[in-house]
Amino acid sequence: MVMAKTDATAGIGSDVARIDGRLKVTGEARYGSDFAVPNPAYAVFKTSAIARGRIAAIDDGAARSVPGVLDILTYRDVGDEVGEAGFFASGGYAGTTIRPLASDRIWHDGQIVAVVLADSFEAAREAAHRLVVDYAAEPPAAGFDGPGVEEEDAKKDDPAKGDAERALREAAVMVEADYATPTQHHNPIELFTTTCAWTGDRLTIWEPSQNVYGIRNGVAKQLSLDPEQVRVVSPYVGGAFGSRGSLTQRTALIALAAKRLNRPVKLMATRDQGYTIATYRAETRHRVRLGADAQGRLQALSHEGWEVTSRPDSYKVAGTSATTRVYACSNIASEVTILHADRNTPGFMRSPPEVPYVFALESAMDELAVKLGMDPIELRRINDTDVEPVGGKPFTTRSLMKCFDAGAKAFGWSERDPTPGSMRDGDWLVGWGCATTLYPTHIAPATARVTLTPAGKAIVRTAAHDIGTGAYTAIALTAADRLGLPLDRIAVEIGDTNFPPAPVAGGSNTTASVCNVVAKACEQVRGQLASAVTAAGDGPFAGSDPNALILAEGELRGPGNASEAIGDAMARASSGAIEAYAENVPDGLQQKALGQLYQGLPALTGGAQMEDRAQFAFGAEFIEVRVNARTREIRCPRALGVFAAGQIVSRRTAESQLIGGLIWGMSSALHEVTEIDRGAARYYNDDLAEYLIPVNADIGKVEVMILPEDDEQVNALGIKGLGELGNVGTNAAIANAVYHATGVRIRSLPIRIEKLLGDRSA
Amino acid sequence: MRPFVYARAEAPEEAFAGTEGGHPAFLAGGTTLLDLMKLDVMRPDRVVDINDLAQEYGAIRIDDRGLELGALVRMSEAAEHPDIVAGYPVIAQSLQLAASTQLRNMATLGGNVLQRTRCAYFRDTSWAACNKRVPGSGCAAMDGVNRKHAVLGTSNACIATYPGDFAQALIALDATVDVAGPAGRRALPFAELHRAPGDSPEVETALGPHDLITGFRVPALPWARRSLYLKVRDRESYDFALASAAVAVDVEDGLVREARIALGGVATKPWRARQAEAALKGRTLDENAAETAASAAFADAETRDGNAYKPELGRRTLVRALLQAATMRV
Repeated sequence: MVMAKTDATAGIGSDVARIDGRLKVTGEARYGSDFAVPNPAYAVFKTSAIARGRIAAIDDGAARSVPGVLDILTYRDVGDEVGEAGFFASGGYAGTTIRPLASDRIWHDGQIVAVVLADSFEAAREAAHRLVVDYAAEPPAAGFDGPGVEEEDAKKDDPAKGDAERALREAAVMVEADYATPTQHHNPIELFTTTCAWTGDRLTIWEPSQNVYGIRNGVAKQLSLDPEQVRVVSPYVGGAFGSRGSLTQRTALIALAAKRLNRPVKLMATRDQGYTIATYRAETRHRVRLGADAQGRLQALSHEGWEVTSRPDSYKVAGTSATTRVYACSNIASEVTILHADRNTPGFMRSPPEVPYVFALESAMDELAVKLGMDPIELRRINDTDVEPVGGKPFTTRSLMKCFDAGAKAFGWSERDPTPGSMRDGDWLVGWGCATTLYPTHIAPATARVTLTPAGKAIVRTAAHDIGTGAYTAIALTAADRLGLPLDRIAVEIGDTNFPPAPVAGGSNTTASVCNVVAKACEQVRGQLASAVTAAGDGPFAGSDPNALILAEGELRGPGNASEAIGDAMARASSGAIEAYAENVPDGLQQKALGQLYQGLPALTGGAQMEDRAQFAFGAEFIEVRVNARTREIRCPRALGVFAAGQIVSRRTAESQLIGGLIWGMSSALHEVTEIDRGAARYYNDDLAEYLIPVNADIGKVEVMILPEDDEQVNALGIKGLGELGNVGTNAAIANAVYHATGVRIRSLPIRIEKLLGDRSA
Repeated sequence: MRPFVYARAEAPEEAFAGTEGGHPAFLAGGTTLLDLMKLDVMRPDRVVDINDLAQEYGAIRIDDRGLELGALVRMSEAAEHPDIVAGYPVIAQSLQLAASTQLRNMATLGGNVLQRTRCAYFRDTSWAACNKRVPGSGCAAMDGVNRKHAVLGTSNACIATYPGDFAQALIALDATVDVAGPAGRRALPFAELHRAPGDSPEVETALGPHDLITGFRVPALPWARRSLYLKVRDRESYDFALASAAVAVDVEDGLVREARIALGGVATKPWRARQAEAALKGRTLDENAAETAASAAFADAETRDGNAYKPELGRRTLVRALLQAATMRV
């Protein structure tokens, strides 16, 4: 339970410290592997050293002789004991259809081939090293440009309109360019851990998760249990970024191991195993063609994308859903193709469709501006639109140009000399770039229970998730606001299937979904209290209209200055607590979506999927890079993001999300790449020493401005999720800044020194 | 990690006791050894903790003759020592630019020069082919991921990069390394400590299995003050060099009397660029001379797909370092 300890008047939109911050920095917050279970056994995975083939032989003699080893599970032991959970994209729970230890077949590098169980972690690890697995290897396909990949036309609903080919032929100015983004891994600091304990036929799972109901129902399905027998606990999550949204293979395996040993089992997978037993951002390629008239008005936009997925699963992100809807254009074509290779199945990673696809679009827009001799902001302005161009549906709100204008002013954009290489500071070339950022505004069904205690405190319970985003704080602020209570009278309990369900923490929907239903539950609590006191024969509200009573500043207030402290009103009205359970099914979804939510299969709606409207949050990002004139190191001393995202609930954590997004964008543009040995189809740099992310010294000034925006259509509270808004435009803004600094256009991420060494003119 | 015998040496001779046969390892800061033991790459059956020898081998001494660094001096102590910062800038900088504060506080100078390569084919035992880890098994890096691999001092058996920084500084300043072993004490030029891989990449140094580095001696030569370390890397800190240069130059009347150049990030061992040094002698240290030296330094470079950029980056790094050294006020 997290109790807020902040000021008395905080509510929706307040700037308060994260209410769980103290618990986190003092180590009191319990993460998945922190929960103590009695007499645990420890599990260590052995993973495959090839990407394709079969297990030929397993020699476990030396491993079993390590003192303390209890058992070693392989496909011979598990086989069909772990059933299918279904692929998430086909209405299931799992991030892959590959079942753990089901057969001798190897589908990808780093696949789990054995679970070593021992009395200590050290013994299990030593035994895993001593376990000898021989393979009958087959030549694998790593992905693009390699032999053996299978192409699948993923076309289903590729956005299109008009005649793009013809318009491209007739356009006064055209840009055609190919872009590429690499494999990237989430690397949450908290490793992929799972602890399982059985009490009779009831299973408890402690695991960092973005969807506790999904794990509960998915594991129940895999192990033929009633979901009611399974409890999943995940109150704090040490980073997730999409990697903990779908069920991984490990959970059922550890549950099974605990059952077999009749003893709790703890798993803490290693950092490198996290690269292959969970998901990652797929490698993508793009061809973007833009045609414009001489004034820069887009006449045609064509975006083709290619994405690499695993052999068995058709994972795709198809970010053309976003890139075809950014700018006014009459002729639009798009197509997405996926390539099946011998890789583990990719999955969601912060802004999954938008990050790679918007990098391509916003780089191409910059190229078009250069070709037109036009300021890139003015190019965005001339193509601004109030309706999304594919379906002609109006944007609920769109503050894109307001963001660009506020940002240009704050950044000093008018000082920019557009000539590449013209701005310099000593030995360093200076480049300024900008890009549009956007993210679809999602919402999902949600439920919550709010309890008002006789002492006038409130407890909010919902199986929502705070993956570091500030959900605890946003929920507490909403309840404080609606119950008229000081923030320190609100307790929030989340991340547990003992609470009513909330959706997956994905698609930036949590704040909108959960805060709206919490507000609803609070209103029910108010209604119950108001009904009780107005029905009572005495007291200041006797006979009043219950609908006229409000909760504010710790008081129940009614017509004619009637008021009473909430605690006093509670004492008269109720012998115990007042409790309300609320459900919210958002506009555009049917009631059955609630049943799906209880099954851990939340339906998200929003973005361009709405019948009557398009709902997106927009922003403008500005970047300054410095490139050493001689040795070409690329540094990013300044970033500014200006955003509008409807009603901000928790201002400080919202700003933190956006700052973190910009920093991630720098990381993605300049550093992050999972290197693949193309011959072996195996990951090479699978640790944090070699998979680079920025260190503090890489991050200079990062500024965020959030512009006011009222949007009454997106949901009752007017909330647009922004967790994934910050890192969408940054890749292109940096590439555009690098072009401005050097005159070299880099179309393949990450942008690293060697790509800028071609020019010896320095 | 596999079971091992842990022993603590309280006197130098104890460090060698009981190390006959088997696979002993000395434990100082542990920043390389423990990682590689956990990864099952290094499997010593006896680990001798030498931290108690700091009394003997843990001092920094500076006088007119030069600088003495005990092997158990922590990287951070030497990096921040004011007399080293002023008198031997290339040493201070090579240490300041290495690793992170936390690692520098643990790692010792003796251990630092012996740190193992970052080649993942070496550090991850699931890769079958690594001649350095399993002699004769092949080299997966040749046609694999080799963006950070070496272009100088390579062989058909190994292209793994020597990852350190401090060693280049020692080479640039003509340092000597002191070694103690079961057979007694000896000293050798630091530049002779490391070996290029040749046919036996598993042999990385001239040390015997029971030899212990006890310290380094750096002579007070005229070019020590006009020295610097330039490290070019993907990120600003806590990253290994893609290319680095340790340079020390003695300039009189505008002409180079003597130069020392050692290259990092581009070679299989700390790399002294003798041809580049020779190319500078007697010349004005300008762009032209620096370019000539840099070209000479990489004349013999051999590249693979992923590291084809390294000679160009290495040349630019060296030119930048030399021109920066030329403008130093000493």
